[in-house]
Amino acid sequence: MIKRSFIGFTKPLIAYDALESAPPEPKQIQTPKKITLFIDTPYNYKDSLLLNIGDNVKTGQRLSYSEDNDAYVIASATGTISSITSILGDYGKSYTAVTIDTNETEEMDDHFTALRKDPTFDTAKNYLDSMPGKPSFNRFIDSENSIDTIIICGMDADLYIKTNQYILKAELEAIANGIRILKDITQVDHVIIAVPESLMQDAILLGTEVRTVNTEYPAALPHLMVKSFTGQAVPVGKDFGDIGICFFTAEAVASIGKTFANGSIPVTKTFTFIDKNEIKTLVSAKIGTTVSEILDAFDITLDEKDRIIFGGPMTGSAIYSADYPILPDTDAIIVQARDKLDYISDYPCINCGDCVRSCPANIPVNMLVRLLEAGQYEEASDQYDLYSCIECGLCSYVCVSKIPVFHYIKLAKYELDLTRTAEATNA
Amino acid sequence: MLSHKKLTVSHAPFWHDGSSISARSYHTMLATLPAVLFGLFSYGFLAFGVVSLSISFAMIWELAINKVTKRSISIGDGNAALIGLIFAMLLPATSPWWLVITGTFVAVVIGKHIFGGIGANPFNPVLIGLAMLMVSWTDFFDFDQALLNYDLGFVMVYPLAALKHLGPAGIDAFSTTDLLMGQQTGGIGATFSLGLIAGGIYLMIRGFIRWEISLSFLAGVFVTALLFNLKNPAMYADPLFHLFTGYTLIGAFFLAPEDSSSPVNFIPMLIYGAGGGIMTVLIRNAGAYIDGVVFAILLMNIINPLIDKIRPKALGKVV
Repeated sequence: MIKRSFIGFTKPLIAYDALESAPPEPKQIQTPKKITLFIDTPYNYKDSLLLNIGDNVKTGQRLSYSEDNDAYVIASATGTISSITSILGDYGKSYTAVTIDTNETEEMDDHFTALRKDPTFDTAKNYLDSMPGKPSFNRFIDSENSIDTIIICGMDADLYIKTNQYILKAELEAIANGIRILKDITQVDHVIIAVPESLMQDAILLGTEVRTVNTEYPAALPHLMVKSFTGQAVPVGKDFGDIGICFFTAEAVASIGKTFANGSIPVTKTFTFIDKNEIKTLVSAKIGTTVSEILDAFDITLDEKDRIIFGGPMTGSAIYSADYPILPDTDAIIVQARDKLDYISDYPCINCGDCVRSCPANIPVNMLVRLLEAGQYEEASDQYDLYSCIECGLCSYVCVSKIPVFHYIKLAKYELDLTRTAEATNA
Repeated sequence: MLSHKKLTVSHAPFWHDGSSISARSYHTMLATLPAVLFGLFSYGFLAFGVVSLSISFAMIWELAINKVTKRSISIGDGNAALIGLIFAMLLPATSPWWLVITGTFVAVVIGKHIFGGIGANPFNPVLIGLAMLMVSWTDFFDFDQALLNYDLGFVMVYPLAALKHLGPAGIDAFSTTDLLMGQQTGGIGATFSLGLIAGGIYLMIRGFIRWEISLSFLAGVFVTALLFNLKNPAMYADPLFHLFTGYTLIGAFFLAPEDSSSPVNFIPMLIYGAGGGIMTVLIRNAGAYIDGVVFAILLMNIINPLIDKIRPKALGKVV
């Protein structure tokens, strides 16, 4: 954990971790006895599923949810489906969890081999959505405006994570191939790769436009990258799709490149594992491996009230069980010992202004939080720029009163969304 | 998906920079120490009594109001003690006990808790307490009268009073070095300019006060005093005299930057600080009071919510 520095009159200066010049190979985790995959749709036992308990699946096989729901996941191991259940994620989002008892011998599904010859957008959308890095092909369909720029993130948005920097260094060829295919299937010519200064030399070899990102948090957050590359901020109320921008992680692009080069869909996820002593290790494991398997591999005992975080220390999300699996977009796992946790408090804002000083979006956080504490979300969004928030978490990080400011902001956005949806349906 | 271990689940961020209100209060108290210790050595046990009584009673009033309003006990955050300490620094060493008790009552209960406690006070609680006493018992704040029985080996005349009554001719005896070294009469913790500056620099560097407010306050005092002085040196003292006498330095570093009653955006902080400095000199040079810091800062407290609306455009804001 990075603490406040002695000199405190500036905003906090927290640097991203730079990758070593010769990064060690990621630690390999064996295929566990059980893997759990999430299909991005709520589970309903009344649906006529295309999956059944007892079905045999092969590595790389596409597991569709049902005939009339095109949600799917790619099996990351060979084995037998042992359970299908409903799982609740953040903000009430619901998934279908498919657990597979794995076999020792791995059989590869060869369905994709025929499709690799002629990469099309539909193939990508129908097979690659749950690849490592979680490429977002739906952005190209959902958005009303057409996408004209793709930004590839060669570094992770949050602190301590080196996953995408490593991928950029280690899988340059796959990324180059991926960029070519991506340009081809999406018809987008303008591809920018965003990297820290230290990886500039590698990124140049990709032959596409390279932009450097400042190495101080939160410069690698998507909103700030867009501001720094285009000179214009995303207008409040619009998303990246509305201004024609789509983001891919370096890992997603590398996965696309590897898929079409090899004819098999990658199922191994690389991520940064940060243990209780804040030692960072790159790990490579099958998607669906549970966190407890990873902890075992590192000989870490989990105690009651410890905290496990998916993602970075500023923007990640805490999970409630060590049986939670690695997901396609899990770029980091942090384990925090309970005696090192910082707790929030119910103290009021003392108006010290540290949050205002650190806010990259110029939000008057001191006023905003007063309204949010009172539950006045509409006023907060009208008067104090609630929707300008780019969710970097610095306000909570620096708060002298330990107010969970970021939590309040997310809650307000969530509540406002609920009311607006309700108003729209009842109108 | 069954696990027996219960994990801590909370919202991001999962880090905190380790700052806290109590650390803030204690560091501010630490920064007052050079000036306070100097005051204690100069004025002896009477001053020690005033400081101790003031801190104790500020905390007792805080505790009492916690009990009465059935809120959680908040003296642990150090804010009440800090109010008591700064309040004592402004008083003459001979202040009677009831003056201190009344003043801390007004500061803590009326200045702070009636508005909702820490963070909710529109005025600096210390100044509310002090202004109430200054208006009610003017004589006790006549430093010449209050410190009549002291002889510390320098001119025992309150510099600002001398300036008010005699003009610049009356302050010839005070050299800038003397003022810096605390060779002047005044409040217990308000005379040792060098100590206050050291404390202020420490607080500014550590970020416990906002440097924009302190520096613009001093700049406001300096520039305004300079203009007066240039216009008529025979009537108005030079700017350095204004900087190092009365409550100017304690105001710049410990009173004006009080968190809740001062702005947080950059331009408003400059306006607030400079406004306080200008008002201070206007009151001293053109007003009826001997020192203007107390009322100048209270006045700026009033306009703080208004000027703090001047702020940079939020990211992506369309209009």
